[in-house]
Amino acid sequence: MEWLALSPDEWNAVRLSLKVSAWATLVSLPFGLLVAHLLARGRFPGRSLLNGIVHLPLILPPVVTGYLLLLGFGRRGPIGHVLEQAFGIVFSFRWTGAALACGIMGFPLMVRAIRLSVEAVDRRLEAAAGTLGAGPAWVYLTVTLPLILPGVIAGMILSFAKAMGEFGATITFVSNIPGETQTLPSAIYTFTQVPGGDFGAMRLTLVSIVVAMAALVASEVLSRRVSRRMDLA
Amino acid sequence: MSLSLDIRHRQGSFTLEAAFTSSGRLTALFGPSGSGKTSIVNLIGGLICPDEGRIESEGRVFVDTAHGVFLPAHRRRIGYVFQDARLFPHMSVRQNLGYGRFFTPPAERYADMDAVVDLLGIRELLERRPGNLSGGEKQRVAIGRALAASPRLLLMDEPLASLDDARKAEILPYLERLRDESKVPVVYVSHALAEVARLATDVVMLAEGRVTASGPVDAVLARLDILPPEQEREGGTVIEARVVSHEGGLTVLRSAAGEWRVPGKAESPGNRVRLRIRARDVMIATERPRAISALNILEGRIVGISGLPRGDVQVGIDCAGDTIQARITGFSAQALRLCPGMRVFALVKAISLDPGAVA
Repeated sequence: MEWLALSPDEWNAVRLSLKVSAWATLVSLPFGLLVAHLLARGRFPGRSLLNGIVHLPLILPPVVTGYLLLLGFGRRGPIGHVLEQAFGIVFSFRWTGAALACGIMGFPLMVRAIRLSVEAVDRRLEAAAGTLGAGPAWVYLTVTLPLILPGVIAGMILSFAKAMGEFGATITFVSNIPGETQTLPSAIYTFTQVPGGDFGAMRLTLVSIVVAMAALVASEVLSRRVSRRMDLA
Repeated sequence: MSLSLDIRHRQGSFTLEAAFTSSGRLTALFGPSGSGKTSIVNLIGGLICPDEGRIESEGRVFVDTAHGVFLPAHRRRIGYVFQDARLFPHMSVRQNLGYGRFFTPPAERYADMDAVVDLLGIRELLERRPGNLSGGEKQRVAIGRALAASPRLLLMDEPLASLDDARKAEILPYLERLRDESKVPVVYVSHALAEVARLATDVVMLAEGRVTASGPVDAVLARLDILPPEQEREGGTVIEARVVSHEGGLTVLRSAAGEWRVPGKAESPGNRVRLRIRARDVMIATERPRAISALNILEGRIVGISGLPRGDVQVGIDCAGDTIQARITGFSAQALRLCPGMRVFALVKAISLDPGAVA
C-alpha cells in the first residue's frame, strides 16, 4: 500500500486546494447572500441582467471565464491594476487568483441554493416578528437567517465542492505553479501529462473522491440536523 | 383605551373608507369577508400604510399622512395575533413567548411571563416546538407571545377562524379572561356573530369597506336591519346576567328583566354570563299565556317598532331595563295591533337559548 502515501508536493496540492476552496466559499458567502436576496425579493430594473451575469460562469466554457478574469484582474487589467495600487492585492499567478476563479465558478451554485431558500421563507413570519418589536436587522438575524440556514449551508457546500474541482478557469487565469497555484485538479492533470505519473494521478484522484464524499456527508448531516430542529421537539 | 381611526385606503378595486373611535376593552370589527376588517387591523398594526388618514391609540399617533407620520410596526408596541398563529418554527414555545419580551424596553415590561403562561394554560408546552402543536395550542401560544411583549394594544385577526368548534370552545374562555383580567385593550376581528356577542364590549360593523354602525355590543347587534345577510338570523339581544342556581337540569339566571331559564349547567352560581337571545326566537303575547311550555316569559313595554326587509317587523321590548328584540312577521304585528308603549309579554323557549348562547 506504499503507493498510497502522498509525496510532499502532492500534500501541497491537497492543502492548497483546501485553502483555496475555503477562501473562495467564505469570501463569496456575503456576496452570495446579497445577490440571492436581491434576486429573490428585489424588484428593480436590471434584475434579469443580474441573474444572467451571475449564471454566466455556469454556461460559459471555464476557459473563457478564466481568460476574462485574466483580462480584468491581471496586473494590467483595469480591476487588477486598481486593486494592486490601492490595497496591494494581487491575483495573477497567486493562490488568491485561484480562490477568485473558484469563487466565481461556484457563485451561481451558491446563489441558486440560497435564493431558493429565501423564496421559501414565509414573509408573514417576518411581519409577525416586526409586530413583536423587532426592527428590520433583528428580523433578519432572528427569523430570516435561521430559516434560510439549510439553503445557506447547501450553497456553501456546493460552492466548496465546485472550488475543489475547478480546473479550466483556474489554470487559464493563474496557470499551474506547484506550491502556489497548483490545485488538486491541476496536479492530477500534470501527472497525466508525464510518463509514469499514473500512480500520482490515482492517489490524488482518491483524495478528490474522499473530499467530495466528505462534503456530501457533511451537507446531509447538517441539513438533517437543521430540519430536525425546525420540525420536531 | 382610546382608539381613533379615520382612513382612506385603496387596494386594487377595493376602497376602504372607515372612521370610528372606540374606548371599549374589546372592540370587535365585525362584518362579512371582504368588508375590510383585516385591512383595518393591518393598518392599525402597521403592516400596511394608508393612502390617507390618521390612526391614534391612547394618545400615540401611529399614522398621520397629513403630517407625514408613519410609526413602523416594530415601534408601535402592539401585540398582533394572526389567524394562522405564525409561530416561529425554529424556536421552542418558550423562545416564541420570550421573543417580543426581548424587544420591549425593560421599564415597560408589565407582563408577567408566569401569569401569561397560566392564563393560557400552556405551561406543559413550553419545551415543545410549534411544528407538533395542535391548532388550538398554537393559537394559545400565539396569544401568549403577543401578551408577553407587554403590548399597549392587542390586535386579534380572527384567531378562532381556522379552528373547529371544540378548539374554539377551548380558547373562548381564555379570551374572556383576557378581556376581563388584563389591562390591554383588544381589537378583535370576526365574521361570526356568536363570537362577537360573547366577547365584545364594543362593535364596529363593516360592510364593503365602510363602517355601517359602531357602539356598545348590545346596541349594534340589535340592528337587525344592517347585520350582514348571512348573520341576520343570529342577531338580537345581548344581556348581562348572573347565575343564580341550577334547577332540574336548567340554569337559572337573573338580569334586570327578571329570571331566565337556560339549558345546561356549565357555569357556577354567582358567575356573570352573557345571554344572547336571537330576535327570531322571541314570541310576543299581549296577555300572559298560561299552560305553555316556553319557560321564559318576561313582561315589558314596546319601545320601538320598525320594518325589516321581507315584510318582517322588529319590536323592541323594554323589560325593566333590558331591551329585548323580537322579530315577528308583519302579519302578526298587525293582528296583535302592536304599537309603541303597549304592554306585552316576550316569550323565549329555553331550548332556543342553546348552551352556546350563554357566554
